[in-house]
Amino acid sequence: MIPLSYYLVFAAALFCIGLYGVLARKNAVTILMGIELMLNAVLINVIAFWRYRSPDQITGQAFAVMVFAIAAAEVAVGLALFISIYRRRNTIAADEIDLLKW
Amino acid sequence: MNVANIVWLLPVPPVLAFFVIVLLTNRSKWLSHSIAVGAALLSFIGSMYVFSQAVATEHLGQNPISSVIRWFPTGDSWFEIGVWVDPLTAVTLFFVAWTVLMIFLYSVGYHNFGQPKGDHDVAGMPPHGAMVTDKHEHTHRVPSIEPMYSRFFAFIGLFAFGMYTLVVSDNLLTLFVGWEIMGLCSYLLIGFWYAKPSARAAMIKAFITTRVGDVFMLLGLAYLYTVAGSLSYSVIFSEETLAELAGMGSPILGLSAAALIAILLFIGTIGKSAQFPLHVWLPDAMEGPTPVSAMIHAATMVSAGVYLVIRIFPIASAGWEHGAVLTPPMLFMAIIGTFTGLFAATIAFTQNDIKRVLAYSTISQLGYMIAAIGIGAYVAAAFHLFTHAFFKALLFLGSGSVIHGMEHGVFHTGEHIDPQDMFNMGGLRKKMPITFWTFLIGGLALSGLPLITAGFWSKDEILADAFSTGQWLVFITLALAALLTAFYTMRQIVLTFLGEPRTAAAANAQENRWTMTVPLIILAFFSLAVGWIGIPGEFPVLGGMLPGWFHEFVGGTLAEHPEAPPFHIVPLLTSFLVSLGGLAVGYYVYRSVRAGEPDPLQKPLGSVYTLLKNKYYFDELYDKIFVRPAYWLAETFTYLWVDRKGIDGFLHLIARITFSVGGFLRNFIDKPIINGFGDFVGESVKRFGRGARFIQTGRVQQYMVMALVIAFGTLFYYLFVLVQP
Amino acid sequence: MVMQIIFLIVAVVTLGSAVMVVTVRNLVHAALWLILSLFGVAVTFALLNAPFFTVVEVVIYIGAISILMIFAIMLTRRTMQETGRSVNPGWWLAAFLSLVLFAGLLWMFSTWDGFSTTLPDLPAGVDQVRELGIALVSPNMYVLPFEVASVLLLAALIGAIVVAWERKS
Repeated sequence: MIPLSYYLVFAAALFCIGLYGVLARKNAVTILMGIELMLNAVLINVIAFWRYRSPDQITGQAFAVMVFAIAAAEVAVGLALFISIYRRRNTIAADEIDLLKW
Repeated sequence: MNVANIVWLLPVPPVLAFFVIVLLTNRSKWLSHSIAVGAALLSFIGSMYVFSQAVATEHLGQNPISSVIRWFPTGDSWFEIGVWVDPLTAVTLFFVAWTVLMIFLYSVGYHNFGQPKGDHDVAGMPPHGAMVTDKHEHTHRVPSIEPMYSRFFAFIGLFAFGMYTLVVSDNLLTLFVGWEIMGLCSYLLIGFWYAKPSARAAMIKAFITTRVGDVFMLLGLAYLYTVAGSLSYSVIFSEETLAELAGMGSPILGLSAAALIAILLFIGTIGKSAQFPLHVWLPDAMEGPTPVSAMIHAATMVSAGVYLVIRIFPIASAGWEHGAVLTPPMLFMAIIGTFTGLFAATIAFTQNDIKRVLAYSTISQLGYMIAAIGIGAYVAAAFHLFTHAFFKALLFLGSGSVIHGMEHGVFHTGEHIDPQDMFNMGGLRKKMPITFWTFLIGGLALSGLPLITAGFWSKDEILADAFSTGQWLVFITLALAALLTAFYTMRQIVLTFLGEPRTAAAANAQENRWTMTVPLIILAFFSLAVGWIGIPGEFPVLGGMLPGWFHEFVGGTLAEHPEAPPFHIVPLLTSFLVSLGGLAVGYYVYRSVRAGEPDPLQKPLGSVYTLLKNKYYFDELYDKIFVRPAYWLAETFTYLWVDRKGIDGFLHLIARITFSVGGFLRNFIDKPIINGFGDFVGESVKRFGRGARFIQTGRVQQYMVMALVIAFGTLFYYLFVLVQP
Repeated sequence: MVMQIIFLIVAVVTLGSAVMVVTVRNLVHAALWLILSLFGVAVTFALLNAPFFTVVEVVIYIGAISILMIFAIMLTRRTMQETGRSVNPGWWLAAFLSLVLFAGLLWMFSTWDGFSTTLPDLPAGVDQVRELGIALVSPNMYVLPFEVASVLLLAALIGAIVVAWERKS
């Protein structure tokens, strides 16, 4: 009933929204939220492809487990970094953390 | 041992001595002179052996001792050189060997071997003497050893080599080689004391004057070679070649080829044997040490000139018969010879320096010999050459002995006088007896004292030849010259040896050691004895005792044996008269000249005396005509105008042009265009960078946006533009 | 039919809250909107017959990660208010890029012939969770990535502690 296309379009839309959040928002935590949205879109994609294209193989699910693990690790480290940066520069707006320049 | 091989070896010991002394033994004076004298002795022994073999050979003139080797290829054939001993060579070898050995031995004593080194002696100046303290606490000055002792022996060794080469060579080219070697050595030895400006001037004058003669000689050799195809005696003196040369015409003045060649070669002799007009170098050459003067002006170098003339007599006399009109070269020789004979004799009796008198005397006697050849008296010329070598060498060595003794006196008394001026001498007969007697014998031989001295026999023969061939002018002029010769010789003997000493130095003169006196004694013996081998057969009384061996022997050199002059009383009486008369007048005029008095002839002759004393002002004339223009040409014309202004100016112009072109290129092309372009590139990159760096904001989100824009753009381009979907 | 409606509702909720996440000014609001969005994703997993992932999503993302984000927000507040804009000056370019990407993705999917695959049947008699568990620890299946992932988590844990350690010097 629901073709694969629905899920793929949904995942693509979610991904693009997350991309906009990454590129446009100032606050570093909101950037991280955007990244989480993108990762979730990827997860939806993976599970959808598993369900629709090869449900007899467990590989798709294993892959999705890996993505979860990575997402979790990345968030932890990222937030730790943000806190460390905040301590130093008293800001976590991406605009103001601009030392890597001319 | 083949005699010809020994002849090859004759010039070798002296040249070996030269190289050994120069390269190895220069420091050891004893070793150097031993090597040199030893070499001269070896050549002497060899020469005596060759001479003995030569006189024992029948018809030596027709088949001389000879040997040839090939030297360099000339087209199809070879240029051959070799040795040649015919009668003329044999007698020349005899007197060269004796005189060279005597001079070498004499030099040991002359340069004060065994004396201490001088206090202020420098190489290049004559030694000044050393102060010694003897056992009585007296300090006095003694003669010191010559600083350049070894060098002297090296040079005279080379000189001897040159002369031996010239004498034994069988072709005119190696003769010329020996000639030039002697020219070089005369240059080196005249200027032996090179720190003296007068010696330097004299050495250059000698070399350049003889060079003038040598250029013409070389032209003659070249012409001869071109015409005859060879320079070997065996070829050029053969009948066919002589006839060809006599018949061929030359481009100059209508002379035959033979005449032109003879005249050109003779000009070489004019230079080498100091005949007028190239006589100016010989008196100045007295600047050299006395053994050098003896060597150059008696034994070897000037004799080489006369030897050449005698040798080329066949060419000069090609087409001449005895008693006929003289050929142009013979006429030329006769004129120059007689004129020089008288000319030099007139100057000789006004000179005060003991060596100058002998110098002019040599010029005069050489004139005799050349005049003799000029009139065709072949044997007489050779005979006079032979005797003259002995007594002139004796006279020069004797004068050296006198000077040496005078210097001893000068050192002893501390007077500053010229030890060579005869007017400072006097009474040396008592102080230096051996020198006196030997010098007297030599002087009498030069004057031609009748019957006992060798000079008489040779001069008499020349006068007899002149008389018998009817050459009146030559006869009278030569007789006059003989008169003057006797006069100035007696003048010299009286002023030097007789009377009382005119200075303290003369009073303190001393006889010399055996190395100097023994050669004098030996040469004195020869000055007496050697005349007796040439007594003509027809001479009254003495004629039959010793046959005219010399005439027979040397006459065999020529293809046609020359006739001996018939005996006539007139030339004999003339010889007696001029010789004894000249000696008597000389004694009379000069017998009582006291210290400080001028020459007794000065007042009577007045301005003529001054003219003669200044040698007819020839040196000044040559200076004006030749020397000054040469200097002007070198200094002003060539150096200043051509070299500095012309050549250097041209180079400077090129440099200036190059500089301005370079400047133009630098300022108008290099700086604005090339540098500008380079700077432009750099500047624009910098400006672009300065502007473009603001891209790097440090904001991560902007970087990501940029990345995505470019990624999507590239993807878009790839998908929709390059690859048509 | 019912599935489609359910899907539509879930999709709208998820996408809407996602949009709110990236637009609201208040950070805590954004975090809460994020929670809602993640919840929607969890329901999507349930629709896709992957119940394990539903639970994992809720537990890990909503239960851990979102809470962590809220903590981070609170720890990095300058003042109680947010001042200035919430987006940086180049936001329009970011929006444009997102749209381009979306269009591109759609276009790309449309050229793919598997785009409209219908739902296949699940293999019968297979317990998915059990199979996943076996797959993750079985030596001839995915034990290595599993272990590596656990090492990664360990590293991240230690790293986070080290980075955020307050130096007392």
